Amino acid sequence: MKTVEIAVIGGGPAGLSAAINAASLGAKVAIIERDDQLGGQLRKQTHMFFGSKEQYASTRGVDIAVMLQEELKKYQDNVDVYTDTTVLGLYEDGVLTIEQSGKYMKLKPERIIVATGASEKFLAFPNNDLPGIYGAGAVQTLMNIYGVKPGNNVLMVGAGNIGLIVSYQLMQAGVNVKAIIDAAPRIGGYLVHASKVRRMGIPILTSHTVKYAYGKDSLEKVTIWQLDEQWKPIPGTEKDFEVDVMCISVGLSPLAELLWQAGCKMVYVPELGGHVPLRDENMETSVKGIYIAGDVAGVEEASSAIVEGRLAGLCAAKSLGYANEDFEKMKQEYLQQLHSLRSGPVGEKIIKGLSKVTVQGGI
Amino acid sequence: MRIEEHPILSFKRGKKIKFYFDGKEYEGFEGDTIASALHAAGVKVLGHSHNHKRPRGFYCAIGNCSSCLMTVDGEPNVRVCIEKLREGMMVETQKGKGVLK
Ligand SMILES: Cc1cc2nc3c(=O)[nH]c(=O)nc-3n(C[C@H](O)[C@H](O)[C@H](O)COP(=O)(O)OP(=O)(O)OC[C@H]3O[C@@H](n4cnc5c(N)ncnc54)[C@H](O)[C@@H]3O)c2cc1C
Ligand code: FES
Repeated sequence: MKTVEIAVIGGGPAGLSAAINAASLGAKVAIIERDDQLGGQLRKQTHMFFGSKEQYASTRGVDIAVMLQEELKKYQDNVDVYTDTTVLGLYEDGVLTIEQSGKYMKLKPERIIVATGASEKFLAFPNNDLPGIYGAGAVQTLMNIYGVKPGNNVLMVGAGNIGLIVSYQLMQAGVNVKAIIDAAPRIGGYLVHASKVRRMGIPILTSHTVKYAYGKDSLEKVTIWQLDEQWKPIPGTEKDFEVDVMCISVGLSPLAELLWQAGCKMVYVPELGGHVPLRDENMETSVKGIYIAGDVAGVEEASSAIVEGRLAGLCAAKSLGYANEDFEKMKQEYLQQLHSLRSGPVGEKIIKGLSKVTVQGGI
Repeated sequence: MRIEEHPILSFKRGKKIKFYFDGKEYEGFEGDTIASALHAAGVKVLGHSHNHKRPRGFYCAIGNCSSCLMTVDGEPNVRVCIEKLREGMMVETQKGKGVLK
């Protein structure tokens, strides 16, 4: 069986940053990505980032993906990159089972960093399975990676950051967004993004949800209705939208199957998107040697995924005897960066969620 | 339904690729997935649910949800949202659950 010092599962911002840090400190790393390219969700993010210089503020996500890959190349002697390669299982004895182009392999790393990201949630309403009803991220992928329009007229469900950003990107691609609706009484995403779509003339209807979708073989019409303070629909407030696409952007949930299988202790934390693993300050889970970073550790955004990746990479390398000199300094620096990224109202929720799953001083 | 003009992205389309969907000839580009090529050609219905035969399209487009299963070159249950298009591919609407060979 093949071995390696550190296996990083997932090549998004978290996984790339983890691999960069671990390799730069001297560890031998394998980074495994099921897609044919590294970059994860960054590859479809055409908007500029916030945060500070350390997290590439004012740079577009697509460009950050390229920059991280350039940085990884500097340490190529220490890194094996496996693309088009899916990790199928993570067993209790620490063995990874892997599929690459129809071939089945096993790998036994000394340390594992799981950075598999998240998947889009779904919403219940009659006829929600009609073709034309897609995840907002799916539409983003279709447009920004493959250059294909999802349709002509769109209703966006969810006014969080992804809903707002994808609405803007739809308009950029020449697709008409008729409205953005959200069941909550307030817009969840950043105000900068909300103002941008409003300036384009897209109405944002808060306290509204989907009542019914109509269509024979694919979506033709959606009826929405208003919710009262108890989130109960108010009859008589129905509105119809003739749309061929409805995007669902009601949150993400961590893609944590591998962690469940490995036996990591999991906790249900709504603030972080669902079930997430218990972890210590070093991003190590309850199973020794298995670390986490990015959305799988709690759904946030790419900037914090990058810093968590760097932290996990550092700590995994340190546990193998690398990075002895600067360890404390670097670790404090990353914790400080995470702290400042999590200031503000959205960060408050994240911090509350993290307080339920972070164990100080080892699990 | 291809994006021709975009303020930020430029789409360098690769060479044209011919493939077949339920016996009919279609065209996509190198770099497409089966789902993106079909969608660009206006095909939204990729299959039907097992019991009620309701039409199904893709949902996540990144291989997470299995909403897009089709039979490709005889192999059932292929997630066409992540399967890259290849010259001469035979893509079919799947009937039933498919069997492992
Ligand atoms: C579809 C989608 C669109 C998004 N759009 C935005 C946006 O526009 N703006 C924004 O701020 N945030 C967006 N997000 C949030 C996004 O999750 C974060 O910005 C950031 O990408 C999280 O980084 P990550 O590295 O944890 O996960 P990801 O970027 O999702 O990377 C995880 C990687 O792991 C790979 N992987 C998963 N499982 C396996 C396996 N078993 N074997 C091998 N590889 C595997 C995946 O293919 C993926 O490349 C989006 C999320 C999704 C899911
Ligand atoms: S659409 Fe989700 S797996 Fe293909």
